Amino acid sequence: MLAWTIYISFIGAAVLMLVNPRHRLVVRGLALGTAVAGLLLALLGVLEYQRLAGLATIVDCSWIPALGIKYYLAVDGLSLVLVILTGLAAVTGILFSWNIEERVNEFFALYLALIGGVYGVFLSFDLFLLFVFYEIAIIPKYFLIAIWGSTNRQYGAMKLALYSFVGSAMVLVGLIAAYVVSGARTFDLVELARFNPFPASFQLWAFPLVFFGFAILAGLWPFHTWAPTGHVAAPTAASMLLAGVVMKLGAYGAMRVAMTLFPLGLMKWQPFLAYLAATGIVYGATVALVQRDLKFVIGYSSVSHMGFVLLGLMTLTEVGLTGAILQMFSHGIIAGLLFAVVGRMVYDRTHTRELARLRGMNLGRLMPFTAVAFVIAGAASMGLPGFSGFVAEWQVLVGAWHAFPGLAGLAGLGIIVGAAYTLRAIQQTFFGDQSAGPPEAPHDLAPVTWPEMLGVFILLGATLAVGLYPRVMLDLIVPSLNAPWMQALVGGIKP
Amino acid sequence: MVGLLWLIPFLPLLAAGVIAVCKRPRRRLAAGLAIGAMGLSCLVALAAFVASLQGHAAAGPAREYLNFSWFEIGSTSVKLGWVLDPLTALMAVMVTFVGSLIFIYSAGYMASDENFTRFFGFLSLFAAAMLGLVIANSLLLLFICWELVGLTSYLLIGFWFHKPSAAAAAKKAFITTRVGDLCFFVGMLWLYSQSGTLLFYDHGAGCLEKSALEKLAVQTTFEGLALSTVIGLLLFGGAVGKSGQVPLHVWLPDAMEGPTPVSALIHAATMVAAGVFLMARVYPILTPDALTVIAWVGAITAVFAALIAVAQTDIKRILAYSTVSQLGYMMMALGVGGYVAGVFHLITHAFFKALLFMGAGSVIHGCHEEQDIRRMGGLRQYLPATFLTYAIGMMALAGVPVFFSGFWSKDEILHAASIWPVSHGPFLLGLVGAFLTAFYMTRQVALVFWGKYRGHQPAAHAGPEPEPGSAHPRKKKSAAGHKAAHGHALPHESPPAMVWPLKILAAGAILLGFLGTPAWPWFHSYLTGHHLSLELGRLFESGTLGVMLLSTLAVAAGIGSGWKLYGRAGQTRELPPDALETFQPQVFAVLRDKFRVDEIYQATVIRAVAWGGEFCHWLDQFVWQGCVRILAQLTLGLAWINRAIDELLVNRGFDRVCRRIQDSGGRVASLQDGQVQHYLRVIGVALAMLVLLLAWGGGLW
Repeated sequence: MLAWTIYISFIGAAVLMLVNPRHRLVVRGLALGTAVAGLLLALLGVLEYQRLAGLATIVDCSWIPALGIKYYLAVDGLSLVLVILTGLAAVTGILFSWNIEERVNEFFALYLALIGGVYGVFLSFDLFLLFVFYEIAIIPKYFLIAIWGSTNRQYGAMKLALYSFVGSAMVLVGLIAAYVVSGARTFDLVELARFNPFPASFQLWAFPLVFFGFAILAGLWPFHTWAPTGHVAAPTAASMLLAGVVMKLGAYGAMRVAMTLFPLGLMKWQPFLAYLAATGIVYGATVALVQRDLKFVIGYSSVSHMGFVLLGLMTLTEVGLTGAILQMFSHGIIAGLLFAVVGRMVYDRTHTRELARLRGMNLGRLMPFTAVAFVIAGAASMGLPGFSGFVAEWQVLVGAWHAFPGLAGLAGLGIIVGAAYTLRAIQQTFFGDQSAGPPEAPHDLAPVTWPEMLGVFILLGATLAVGLYPRVMLDLIVPSLNAPWMQALVGGIKP
Repeated sequence: MVGLLWLIPFLPLLAAGVIAVCKRPRRRLAAGLAIGAMGLSCLVALAAFVASLQGHAAAGPAREYLNFSWFEIGSTSVKLGWVLDPLTALMAVMVTFVGSLIFIYSAGYMASDENFTRFFGFLSLFAAAMLGLVIANSLLLLFICWELVGLTSYLLIGFWFHKPSAAAAAKKAFITTRVGDLCFFVGMLWLYSQSGTLLFYDHGAGCLEKSALEKLAVQTTFEGLALSTVIGLLLFGGAVGKSGQVPLHVWLPDAMEGPTPVSALIHAATMVAAGVFLMARVYPILTPDALTVIAWVGAITAVFAALIAVAQTDIKRILAYSTVSQLGYMMMALGVGGYVAGVFHLITHAFFKALLFMGAGSVIHGCHEEQDIRRMGGLRQYLPATFLTYAIGMMALAGVPVFFSGFWSKDEILHAASIWPVSHGPFLLGLVGAFLTAFYMTRQVALVFWGKYRGHQPAAHAGPEPEPGSAHPRKKKSAAGHKAAHGHALPHESPPAMVWPLKILAAGAILLGFLGTPAWPWFHSYLTGHHLSLELGRLFESGTLGVMLLSTLAVAAGIGSGWKLYGRAGQTRELPPDALETFQPQVFAVLRDKFRVDEIYQATVIRAVAWGGEFCHWLDQFVWQGCVRILAQLTLGLAWINRAIDELLVNRGFDRVCRRIQDSGGRVASLQDGQVQHYLRVIGVALAMLVLLLAWGGGLW
């Protein structure tokens, strides 16, 4: 049934292309209906697979028999968490693009195609199929940014596309090499992981090839520079998806493919990658501290938070890996909310994101709902207890403390700087200095609409629910991490 | 009883939740909810306190706890829980009682604020977090609440966020304490990785219980330090941030930008004491090495802050530095082994410092938002009730003998310091601190309540004195408006909602002391579970009496010299320059500038972070971007080369082939030129060749 999350998104995209764009309400309604159906299917999936310990196959049939390629969709707890995240991001993204007027049917069609591709990646357990979905997800992203984007959109879109393609080229080379070297004539991820036919010398170079190929999209330092420009250029919904799920594609692929298939390579590269991840945490936070464009602040904060995901992955401890997955979920929700507030609720009304200009606008008073939403989102982003970020970062750091105590301290420094840039952004945007002169706010600040409120409540509810009762997610994540075919992850593997 | 303990933080939390959805005009509802919830919490806390009084017969204090699992990761489960022991019960009663009074006072103080509803929402949220911190039986839960009180403190310091100084102070407070929180966090991680639990008490498996402590004590880290020392010091780092100890004290005086009830509740009575509470809670972990560090940091803080307080002119800032100094005393007490003395001082201090802050609020309110003590004076006659209660608070803080609680608690601390075997330094510093405390409080009271009223001189007011750090043009404007609204300019007494809490606290500031006298050490027996007896003779033991006499002398000297320098200073309408300033202008300037710690941080840490940010930004913009650009250019270059190869080699060859084909085509085509004789010639030749061929094929020759 979960496979229908993919199909329904593509069907929705196809149907939208046929609708007359002048019927905007119909278009929006159809898009929202499709996304909601996807989310409901994902949630039903939780009920269906609740007692799941290993892997549940959804579809498994031959696709290109000559090469041993299969159409193999399956789900385990890790996939399920990310599928739910995708559903939430899809629904709220549509709610926050309710005001798109230009070529509205194409926008939502591309949007749904992207969503469909993302669902596909999270559910594919055949490497070739996974790669196909991965590519499907990249293409609509380019058009979403290049057509509906703002600042520097051609540049941002092209940069993002090129980075993605370089990454996927690396992944493709690695996958084909793995196919050839294994000699098993299969792309079946589970089978390859279980028998692990790769010699150590091969893993040593195949692991970084595939890992970096995926991790580029996860914003791994120093391959992160596409992220801020891409986020800034993208329209609100696309930045929400970009930060919310596309960056997760990278982290998920790195974990699911590179780390699972090449454990010996992983052991060799683990310390180095952990250093890169921790550097990214501090680096992203410090750069965010000096940005003048509000969206850049959030963009760099994404780099910093994704550093926690990668650091958690590199701990190779149960708690650290759990934290990494939870952080993927948490960051997807929180970054989505931050981008929604900044892009939709502030920028679409004030038409500026310059902190220096926002400061004089007295927005805290003019837009109280937005201000409160941003303050709460900021608190969640700072990793304050009660929100999902706290539990996730706490677990990552507990794991990191076992593996790399020094890096845990470094990451802690990142958290302090994180508080600094978040507070700076909050104060300059909403509670700026009004003594300088009369506020220069635009007069036509439209009131907050119901889709925005609904979106804010959904995302806040999600982060609070997971923050207060992390078991909802942990009960899905932990048994899957300990599945026998993923034995390479928890505790690593001795050469 | 422990099963109902969660009600204590839950009631204010509920109130905060309800207030959050209230509309702004529902002021009475908000205040009523907040005060009611706090009052109910207070009742529950009192019930818990009564429960903790029983079961004292056995050795050691009574302790009940309730743990539950928050989440599980595989086989490890992260547990939270709450504990009811004397320390919890005392703190809970203190926070709810003082809190209720401050809530009532706030209803009067904030009556004309447009964001009244929000204020009570934040206050309730703070109370919930603080009470959660108090009852926590898990370091993790304590840390969670610790962060939340930090957040609410941020929100409340920045409550008047339209004032740039308030917004800056809020940010500074949050980030400075977060530096300490990082230490706390690392210490917690370390403790967790070693003991596998963060529960304090868990039927022998908790991290404060014997087996875990022994395990920690035998392990050593770098330099041969015991692991428990390092963990204890890291946790102390958190306490340094929260409790404003040197060198992270800088945020606390700035936090006075918040409304005065906030200063009283959060930055005097409860949250800043959380650091001391944390140290008291994890006391079993602290090794002698760690305690030595704590004692010295506390003692240095006590004197350092008291010295700064001597030269301040803002009524709230003087009290803020005094708070820092008194927190130093508490830390010192814990450090020198006077656990009970430290907690005792925490409780008494909460009462008299809340009293002083609320008194200061009443003064500020009465003087139309004036905070500079040089523009007050003679308020004794205008605000009699405030004066009386303030004087009691002042004498309690200064430690005037026998009748005031501060005397007894401070005396316990000094006594503990005097018998500390490691060094006499903290004891001597403590005495100096006692002298300074008496001195600056006398200075303040003399300038505020004695002499003539010096405020509101219309002529003098036209030219505002340049006063760095304390002059807010905005505030003056609002004060002027306030004045106009009242229709008169003389100071006035505050409404009953503000005065009654002062009276109740003043009673507490006197009576509480008698719970911890050497003759009848009820406090000691309650906290430690020892047998209690009344022995007047213990008052006159040589050690006890000697310390009492010394501290009395220090206090008398402080009050005496303070009165001599400032007692008559306020008689004229123009205040003469500060006596100390004329005596030692340079030293006084350093003190007034708070030893320039802020400037040092500005020049070092903050600048370094800013540069780091700019550097990374530059790295991103030019180096990484540059790499990408170079790669892009290389790719483009490669493309050009490819094109050149294509055009020059590949294409030219191809073209040549094409042209040749074309040419040959042309040559072939020229055969068909339409001239009959050519065709005939070709046909003839062909026929001839055909005939020859056939003949050859037929074997004709």
